[in-house]
Amino acid sequence: MIDKTVLKRLTEIVGKENVFDQKSDRITHSYDATGRSYLPDVVVYAGSAAEVSEVMKVANRYLIPVLPRGAGSGFTGGTLPVQGGIVLVLTRMDRILAIDTENLVAVVEPGVVTAELQRQVEKQGLFYPPDPASKEFCTMGGNVAECAGGPRCVKYGVTKDYIMGLEVVTPTGEIIRTGGKTLKNVVGYDLTKLFVGSEGTLGIVTRIVVKLLPKPEAKKTMLVQFSTIDGAARGVSEIIRAKIIPTTLEFLDASTIDCIRDISPVPLPEECRAILLIEVDGDREIIEKQAVRIMEVLQPLSVLDTRIAENAEESEEIWQVRRSVSSSMRKINPDKFNEDIVVPRSRVPDMIRALENLSREYGVPIVNFGHAGDGNIHVNVMVDLREEGMEEKVHNVMEDIFRTAVELEGSISGEHGIGISKMDYMGMEVSEITMRYMEKIKESFDPNNILNPGKIFQKPIAAEGAL
Amino acid sequence: MSRNKSLKDFEEQIRKCVHCGACQAHCPAYLAEKREGSVARGKIALAAALLDGRDNLEKRLQQDISMCLMCGSCVTKCPNQVPTDEIVGAIRREITDEKGLSLVGRSVSAFIGNRPLLKAAVKSTAALSSLALKKVPESSGLRLRFPAPIMKNRTLPEIPAKNLYDLFPEFIQGNGEKPLIGFFAGCSIGFLYPQIGAAMIRILRKMGYSVFLPRGQQCCGIPALSAGNGRLVERLADKNRDCFAGQDLAHIITCCASCNGGIKEYYSTMEGNFTEFTGKVIDFTVFLKKEGLIEKLAGMEKWPNRKRVTYHDPCHMKKQGIIREPREILRALPNVEFVEMEGASECCGLGGTFSVYHYETSKKIGSRKIPGLMQSGAELLATGCPGCIMQLQDVINHSAVGVRAVHLLDLINEVSGW
Ligand SMILES: Cc1cc2nc3c(=O)[nH]c(=O)nc-3n(C[C@H](O)[C@H](O)[C@H](O)COP(=O)(O)OP(=O)(O)OC[C@H]3O[C@@H](n4cnc5c(N)ncnc54)[C@H](O)[C@@H]3O)c2cc1C
Ligand code: SF4
Ligand code: SF4
Ligand code: SF4
Repeated sequence: MIDKTVLKRLTEIVGKENVFDQKSDRITHSYDATGRSYLPDVVVYAGSAAEVSEVMKVANRYLIPVLPRGAGSGFTGGTLPVQGGIVLVLTRMDRILAIDTENLVAVVEPGVVTAELQRQVEKQGLFYPPDPASKEFCTMGGNVAECAGGPRCVKYGVTKDYIMGLEVVTPTGEIIRTGGKTLKNVVGYDLTKLFVGSEGTLGIVTRIVVKLLPKPEAKKTMLVQFSTIDGAARGVSEIIRAKIIPTTLEFLDASTIDCIRDISPVPLPEECRAILLIEVDGDREIIEKQAVRIMEVLQPLSVLDTRIAENAEESEEIWQVRRSVSSSMRKINPDKFNEDIVVPRSRVPDMIRALENLSREYGVPIVNFGHAGDGNIHVNVMVDLREEGMEEKVHNVMEDIFRTAVELEGSISGEHGIGISKMDYMGMEVSEITMRYMEKIKESFDPNNILNPGKIFQKPIAAEGAL
Repeated sequence: MSRNKSLKDFEEQIRKCVHCGACQAHCPAYLAEKREGSVARGKIALAAALLDGRDNLEKRLQQDISMCLMCGSCVTKCPNQVPTDEIVGAIRREITDEKGLSLVGRSVSAFIGNRPLLKAAVKSTAALSSLALKKVPESSGLRLRFPAPIMKNRTLPEIPAKNLYDLFPEFIQGNGEKPLIGFFAGCSIGFLYPQIGAAMIRILRKMGYSVFLPRGQQCCGIPALSAGNGRLVERLADKNRDCFAGQDLAHIITCCASCNGGIKEYYSTMEGNFTEFTGKVIDFTVFLKKEGLIEKLAGMEKWPNRKRVTYHDPCHMKKQGIIREPREILRALPNVEFVEMEGASECCGLGGTFSVYHYETSKKIGSRKIPGLMQSGAELLATGCPGCIMQLQDVINHSAVGVRAVHLLDLINEVSGW
């Protein structure tokens, strides 16, 4: 329960209509896409950096945890109040403050939804590339905090490559600014980069300066079916070797294809063991040539069928194949454990093979798809938790998967972050001494450990249980 | 025993929500409020908590549950098709059952069967003359939609002196040999916009059909459903089914998307023999397409001075996938130059009784349509739902655009010679 004095102070800061402390309010702010839930003590919807700053000062004075929250679409529990406290929601701060067509930058508040920013800049012939699959609802603040990536990152990179400057409220309530509108800036430490991907543990982002690009003239989408996973994997290398960087290079493995065969708008025969979805963008003539070249280099591999979209409708149909994956997977088993490991591009076939072996060894279905172009594989372990001993089994499979990824010089998370979901495994990748330096940074920003405590490093304390 | 589904009946579907948050992109209530309590995911979390006994029907829960237009936008876009609109209906009924009149239902239900209150309401608004409202049956959804005193500045259509049932007999002989078509007019068409109903009848007769417009027909029940009055919905559904029974009808036509949705989407989830009735009910655009009217219209010479018209998708047509037919009609009409507008499929904000108890939010939702409408340069905004027409006209009147909201049938009715 939140203290009366604190509640009163919060009400003074943001107004009565933006403070929520009934049981129902706490329930509707207790979860994110992780599927776990912890009740906060109170929910506050902030309207400005000044308000956020005041809230942080109160929180420091009374030592109450504060959890920044965007859309709550995070996959690792970043906004979950594992130790109770104040869930501080930023969705009201959703203005696009400027689209500067001369300097190719936009300035936005953290609550702006990613796809909305994209739509607005595209109206002016510009382009904001990072495109997480959640772009229609996740917020820019959440994207910055998690350094979100997406299918386009093969060619265009991830969120951190587009963040030029930030306004941040520090855990102690000061308002600081980092970076700015210039492409070059070497004055002092690059704090912007430090905040990007810090999972809401170092500060609350209240304003974001993003870099924009000119919008590519056109794009071309292709779908290639292979009879072997090796063929698809070699295909990825061959495309890159041909000096073509596609916008998108997605792959689906055999287990994924089995899931979607019935609902796919494109016929997928039994022999199809792997799919590459390739998209190139740029000047119309150049992408026509690239498409031809891609088909040439793929032809000698175990290709079953190729399909090149001639118009937006056909392109949409190809994407529909990819999009049908998520919802069809639950057909296999009710509980899904989704991890987003990443390995160097050339090691993708090794990783897939290792996953096939693990699936056989443990007797659990593992469905894999993802961004072949950057080695980011979405691994989905599909189980039924009602089965005896399943929980432990899942834990063991996960550990083996992460270990393999690290052995292949990869990483245990490509885009979703650590949060609470991967804390246990962080030590596999990050040495103790490195971790200590990270902790030192955290301590220096947040001496009272009140901003998003219990994430990345520490074990959570209180638990309300799973939803 | 209630014949409506209870919250418990939805348990399995409630557990299917994976909290991805995708509904945020499609929920009009969320987009206007930007609060988790307003979005489908929040309501599902509350439903789950109610089932687990972790929460009770406290005030805020009622408020959050009231923040739903039951438009179904979230359902179509949900990866797991969680039927939030139906679940919200079930919770509202639970609230009504346990607490009597809920926060949701209180402001509106108070008007049913409460003559003094109703009279006071009628007195305080210029738009509704008490004489006119007297003509509206006690159980009509219109009474739920117009508890006028809490809706200052609301543009309401003038209630015409003669309603559709004054204008037409129960049986209307057609011009040909074709079978009998039932006409479910509903209250909006029956009492507020009888000219739309008249256009419908005229078109049907022109095609050679005879029309059956039963006197016993009642409100479809959507406003009562939205207010959580399950018992009233049951009563209305029974009466509607029964008044059409015993006639040999080829179809039962509707020209109100809400009525069509209420019957086809909702009655079918209720216990009681509804399949034969709901199976016959057909939206007018689907019917007119089936009858080949579109080709006939398309074959006509275009008028020299065509009106620039755009289209709004009523939620209850969208939800049933009736998206193409209305547009095909507009493209075919010789008197119309059809232009698509941005945000055509976004909800107008009416939502059963939503706009009554959340008028400000309702206006906010509706106003999201204005930029697209302005950009389209249309002079008329056509749609297939009288509820939407009323709401859209209100939203338009509160903005600076000079567009008129009309029914598709108004436009078809202008054209003769097919
Ligand atoms: C269906 C689905 C698909 C997804 N696809 C992708 C994908 O392709 N790529 C990808 O990278 N991710 C993906 N995600 C994960 C998620 O959408 C991203 O991590 C996203 O960036 C989270 O944004 P949010 O607004 O929902 O943040 P939240 O979930 O609300 O918060 C995430 C973290 O950010 C912090 N935070 C939020 N706002 C601020 C702020 N203003 N200042 C400081 N910290 C803040 C929170 O404390 C928390 O730690 C997907 C999620 C779903 C449900
Ligand atoms: S889209 Fe469906 S599954 Fe996702 S949060 Fe909303 S209701 Fe739940
Ligand atoms: S039915 Fe409509 S208003 Fe209600 S939760 Fe779903 S999208 Fe939102
Ligand atoms: S009034 Fe029309 S747009 Fe609004 S909820 Fe009802 S059907 Fe949908």
